[in-house]
Amino acid sequence: MELEKIHYDNKIVKAFIIATIIFGIVGMTVGLLAAIQLFYPLANFDLQYTTFGRIRPLHTNAVIFAFVGNAMFAGIYYSLQRLLKTRMFNDSLSWIHFWGWQLIILAAAITLPLGLTTSKEYAELEWPIDIAIALIWVVFGINMIGTIIKRREQHMYVAIWFYIATFVTVAVLHIVNSFEMPVTFFKSYSWYAGVQDALVQWWYGHNAVAFFLTTPFLGIMYYFLPKAANRPVYSYRLSIIHFWSLIFIYIWAGPHHLLYTALPEWAQSLGVVFSIMLIAPSWGGMLNGLFTLRGAWDRVREDAVLKFMVVAVTAYGMATLEGPLLSLKNVNAITHYTDWIVAHVHVGGLGWNGFLIFGMIYWLIPRMWNTKLYSSKLANLHFWIGTLGIVFYALPMYIGGVVQSLMWKEFAADGFLKYQNFLETTTQILPMYMLRAVGGTLYLTGVLIMTYNLIKTAASGKFVANEEAEVAPLPKAIHDGGHWHSVLERKPILFTSLALVAILIGGIIEMVPTFLIKSNIPTIASVKPYTPLELHGRDIYIREGV
Amino acid sequence: MYKNILQNIDHIAIWPVISFVIFFVFFIGLLVWVFTADKNFMNEMSQKPLHDGSELNSDTESLMQ
Ligand code: HEM
Ligand code: HEM
Ligand code: HEM
Repeated sequence: MELEKIHYDNKIVKAFIIATIIFGIVGMTVGLLAAIQLFYPLANFDLQYTTFGRIRPLHTNAVIFAFVGNAMFAGIYYSLQRLLKTRMFNDSLSWIHFWGWQLIILAAAITLPLGLTTSKEYAELEWPIDIAIALIWVVFGINMIGTIIKRREQHMYVAIWFYIATFVTVAVLHIVNSFEMPVTFFKSYSWYAGVQDALVQWWYGHNAVAFFLTTPFLGIMYYFLPKAANRPVYSYRLSIIHFWSLIFIYIWAGPHHLLYTALPEWAQSLGVVFSIMLIAPSWGGMLNGLFTLRGAWDRVREDAVLKFMVVAVTAYGMATLEGPLLSLKNVNAITHYTDWIVAHVHVGGLGWNGFLIFGMIYWLIPRMWNTKLYSSKLANLHFWIGTLGIVFYALPMYIGGVVQSLMWKEFAADGFLKYQNFLETTTQILPMYMLRAVGGTLYLTGVLIMTYNLIKTAASGKFVANEEAEVAPLPKAIHDGGHWHSVLERKPILFTSLALVAILIGGIIEMVPTFLIKSNIPTIASVKPYTPLELHGRDIYIREGV
Repeated sequence: MYKNILQNIDHIAIWPVISFVIFFVFFIGLLVWVFTADKNFMNEMSQKPLHDGSELNSDTESLMQ
């Protein structure tokens, strides 16, 4: 067979990796500042721009959309080309995507400290930025689907399904959640109010976790873990079941953020049931990842890349076991509003996302610069200091969470709450907040060590901007027939539409009745629209993120 | 106007039933396919990440010292 010479685009991957590292450092530094403010209020600097209420959303936006987001694009642009044996669809689109995304991040970094926010968690950015996000996301989608269409591989590997599901779902979530009425260029009011607002917000919030922090990284796991271990994935059958059950079930679980609220009982229960069901596909995926390393455990002991990946996949397992338990109403009654949730979040964010990203970058840089890692000693040091950082972050928050919860609910003999001043719980757990800042410092130090190590590595090699590959063209004859799922894998547009239908069913079934059946929405006759003064107060409250 | 029409959708209770049926049929179909599919096909697919035609990547052993 005639082999074709093609070139994979490494330059775009390099750009996204650099952005990942820079914004990782920025985002975690801001997180550390927020952590310090909680026990040392002087760190608010007496400036409105740097108060906790404003930099907390800055932290979450920076780590989720800038650090994790850029890493996700780096992983996708690298693996997609190689899995499909073709260069990206269009280089210009790649670069519009890159610079557009960085501009959005810049806009966020300016507007959030200024107090320009919608106050919807993980969707704080104001409407002009929302529109820019939608446009850039579409550019990414066109580039990805275009690449899939011009591929030289007949079938789409499972990682690509996860990428497609990510693209489609994030688009739907972002658009539905961001309906708002602009009043000025920097101020808008959400289209939704009351219980509908809450339902839409957490349908979005939960699935932002599911489809921004989870599905793209499962795709990355399914590509980079076998690559780094030099082993085929443990069970491809399992990965197919993993994919479909995960995206079908995830979309239903949003209401677990709203237990004990005005949300109708049946929607809360639905959220709980689906959250419990999530254990199965999540653990299926984790085991599939870990079993891929069978026979390679001796290498795990030496290779920092594999170590990072093993801890990442294990942290994913922990977060996805804990999550469903947190969704049980009796457990949630203890943990909700406490620092337990913050621990859960960071086991996911630091362990699963962070460590998978580090493993991926340590694997990529030496290959893209055609050299060896500068120091595997430093990489191992990063691994240990990072792991310690996670432990020092999570354990104090678990303890603090339980202490808070017990104190809030403790009654005195006379039947009144024992701790009537909220501040009493806060001062009680100050030591925990200090330990958490130690954890954050350790974790951030690890990232700085990695940055140094990678700069040295790059300096010792030569960057391969266009990596040459010899690939076979796609044979034309075998384009039809076969099993229905293999047919599906050959038809990216059809596949994308089906994935869309799968996630829409869950969303529509949960939301339409809440929106349309009057009896589902408790209304109180005395509630009237806000007076101008009330509205102004509310705007202040939103701006300061209290 | 359209809201009033939708507010009175008859048989809204059928929605969950329909969705359950869709799930059920889809997953049974999926399971049947997954466990009857050709073994060679599965093997070939699981190898996908390992072969990408590039010299740089053919050395998949770790580049750590
Ligand atoms: C050095 C590392 C980090 C430090 C010191 C840090 C610190 C913090 C602090 C102090 C908060 C506010 C908690 C509160 O309101 O009580 C927070 C919230 C949050 N952080 Fe981090 N963080 C770090 C890394 C990360 C990473 C890597 C991610 C995700 C990939 C992440 C995701 C989040 C999220 C989603 C929240 C909001 C949690 C919630 O609403 O329950 N953080 N972080
Ligand atoms: C099966 C998987 C999971 C389930 C069922 C689940 C469930 C939950 C529950 C019940 C809460 C607490 C809601 C509350 O009481 O306020 C929560 C919060 C959260 N989880 Fe998970 N979780 C899962 C996996 C993950 C993973 C893997 C990550 C991160 C990568 C993650 C990130 C978060 C975040 C960021 C929040 C905080 C939301 C907020 O701002 O309040 N979760 N999750
Ligand atoms: C001069 C001082 C204040 C003014 C003029 C003010 C004004 C307002 C107004 C107009 C609202 C909207 C009311 C509504 O939703 O019907 C509101 C809500 C609220 N305020 Fe204040 N407020 C003040 C101080 C405070 C303080 C000191 C706190 C807390 C320590 C606070 C906590 C809240 C909370 C939790 C809400 C509910 C917000 C929501 O559910 O959207 N306010 N305030």
